[in-house]
Amino acid sequence: MAKRGISFWAQLAFTLLVCALLVVPVVLSMLAGVTVNYFVGIKSGLTLRWVEEVWRLYAETIWLSMRIAFACLACTLLLGVPAAYVLARRTGAVARAIEELLVMPVAVPGLATSLALIVTYGGFGDFRRSWVFILVGHVLFTLPFMVRSVLAVLHSIDFATLEEGAASLGAGFLQRFFHVVLPNCLSGILAGSLMVLTLSMGEFNLTWLLHTPLTKTLPVGLADSYASMRLEIGSAYTLVFFLMIIPSLIVLQILANRKRA
Amino acid sequence: MNETFHLDAVPIRLKGCGKTYDGGVCALEPLDLAIAGGETLVFLGPSGCGKTTTLRIIAGLESPDPGGRVYFGEDDVTDLPIERRNVGMVFQSYALFPNMTVIDNVAYGLRVRGVARAQRIARADEMLAMMHIADLAGRRIDQLSGGQRQRVALARALVVRPRVLLLDEPLTALDAKLRDTLRLEIDRLLRELGITAIYVTHDQAEAMALGDRIVVMSKGRVAQVGTPREIYHRPANSFVADFVGIMNRLPAEARDGMLAIGRELLPWSGPEGHVEVLVRPEDVIMGTGDGHLDARVAAAVFLGDRTRVLAETADGRSVTVDTPGRTDLVRGAAVSLSFDPARLLTLPR
Repeated sequence: MAKRGISFWAQLAFTLLVCALLVVPVVLSMLAGVTVNYFVGIKSGLTLRWVEEVWRLYAETIWLSMRIAFACLACTLLLGVPAAYVLARRTGAVARAIEELLVMPVAVPGLATSLALIVTYGGFGDFRRSWVFILVGHVLFTLPFMVRSVLAVLHSIDFATLEEGAASLGAGFLQRFFHVVLPNCLSGILAGSLMVLTLSMGEFNLTWLLHTPLTKTLPVGLADSYASMRLEIGSAYTLVFFLMIIPSLIVLQILANRKRA
Repeated sequence: MNETFHLDAVPIRLKGCGKTYDGGVCALEPLDLAIAGGETLVFLGPSGCGKTTTLRIIAGLESPDPGGRVYFGEDDVTDLPIERRNVGMVFQSYALFPNMTVIDNVAYGLRVRGVARAQRIARADEMLAMMHIADLAGRRIDQLSGGQRQRVALARALVVRPRVLLLDEPLTALDAKLRDTLRLEIDRLLRELGITAIYVTHDQAEAMALGDRIVVMSKGRVAQVGTPREIYHRPANSFVADFVGIMNRLPAEARDGMLAIGRELLPWSGPEGHVEVLVRPEDVIMGTGDGHLDARVAAAVFLGDRTRVLAETADGRSVTVDTPGRTDLVRGAAVSLSFDPARLLTLPR
């Protein structure tokens, strides 16, 4: 191996420093969640007490977040996949314009979207008070991710010709859609699904305005606990959130790598 | 080849089938065409000539402009979508389903027809055996070579016993050597099956080799319909003459049953007056002595089986001449060209 110059070691040191800047707070925060007394430090001992406490206080929010995330996934699948298919089939300028407009809910601040929702639907009391109100916000926010993810795959395969091939063999529209189109954009649907789940689980901006004291989601509860509880509980809560969201992020990354390969 | 597999020879008729796209672009002028049962008909032409549009109208992937009708035998199929026409189609890109194995691809047409799994797999297996690719049954599509994909696509199109086989530039994606092999194979297959086949290509060699008849198309219009020999030796117009093979054009004077070409008078039964005569490179006789026309060799390309010579006459005209491969000529050599009046053509005015 060639002898490495000073610039190599300087760059390595810099890279490690940046990594440390990013990683250290995360590790400290997670550590705080299992430390008996954060102000005394790690020598006060490790404990799972705070995690238990979080579960006791906030289990509701975790269940609600999961319920919303999966309901949101169901909605984006039912709405987003057919929408992507129709957009991909249309060749006109309108379809392309809609594709571009799909980034809008991402670009517009969540605050604005949720205010619009409250102004428009706030008057429907039962709706406003139910978790479905938050779901609507989440679907609005995550739908573009599903559509774009499926669209990317549809644009990369010549699905129109595949469909013509199936049609020439006697397959009607539904058969073509379920036998040929869907299986061939599965990777996009999968990537989109994980994205939707992750985004919905972690969504705070919209949810903060849309929630009621009875419909608190995990991130809202997290903000709440940092504001009003001991630091250890907030940190333990973060730990729980991490454990829930990291696996799906890892799978997402694996999928992305496989697509590139 | 399986002897028992034989398909019905369904005649096909197009009546006034034109196609105008949104925005008024005319892809195909109204076309009347009768294709005999069991015939292999080739649509030949440059891209954008309307050949693929015609094929897609027959397939049911496009509908003709109002008034146009498509008949399969006695059935008017104009209003049936492709999935109800019972056609077999081979696409340029093959359109094999990447989410299915080879055998499932081939069996797909039977699957949508509700044939039980065991039975459709058996029939698909037979078809793979007929195409000599039985060992590929379990492969995924992305594990196949171009030639193998081509065979799978054919097997898949044929397993449903279609009324007509439609092939859209099926060899274009393959390399030259493989193209020749598969061309022969497809030709033999079509003869043995006895099916009516419609083949679209821009390659004249393919059209000549495969077609019982060729429909040469240009700019949405039929330029000529005829057997390969008619198309090659009696082109109906200037487009066909130039598109199919190489054609030399020479000015000449015809009077009183004689044609003046160069310094020679040849007996002539064609049109009189100032005419342009056409002659194929292989019909020009090249010598060194007293021919009809003097020329110099401008270029000579050795092609193995023949040498293609570009000769330049004194008045600056180029004449392409095919001579036997062993002819050795140097640039600038003086040659003389002779013509057999029976092999000279004129185009109808």
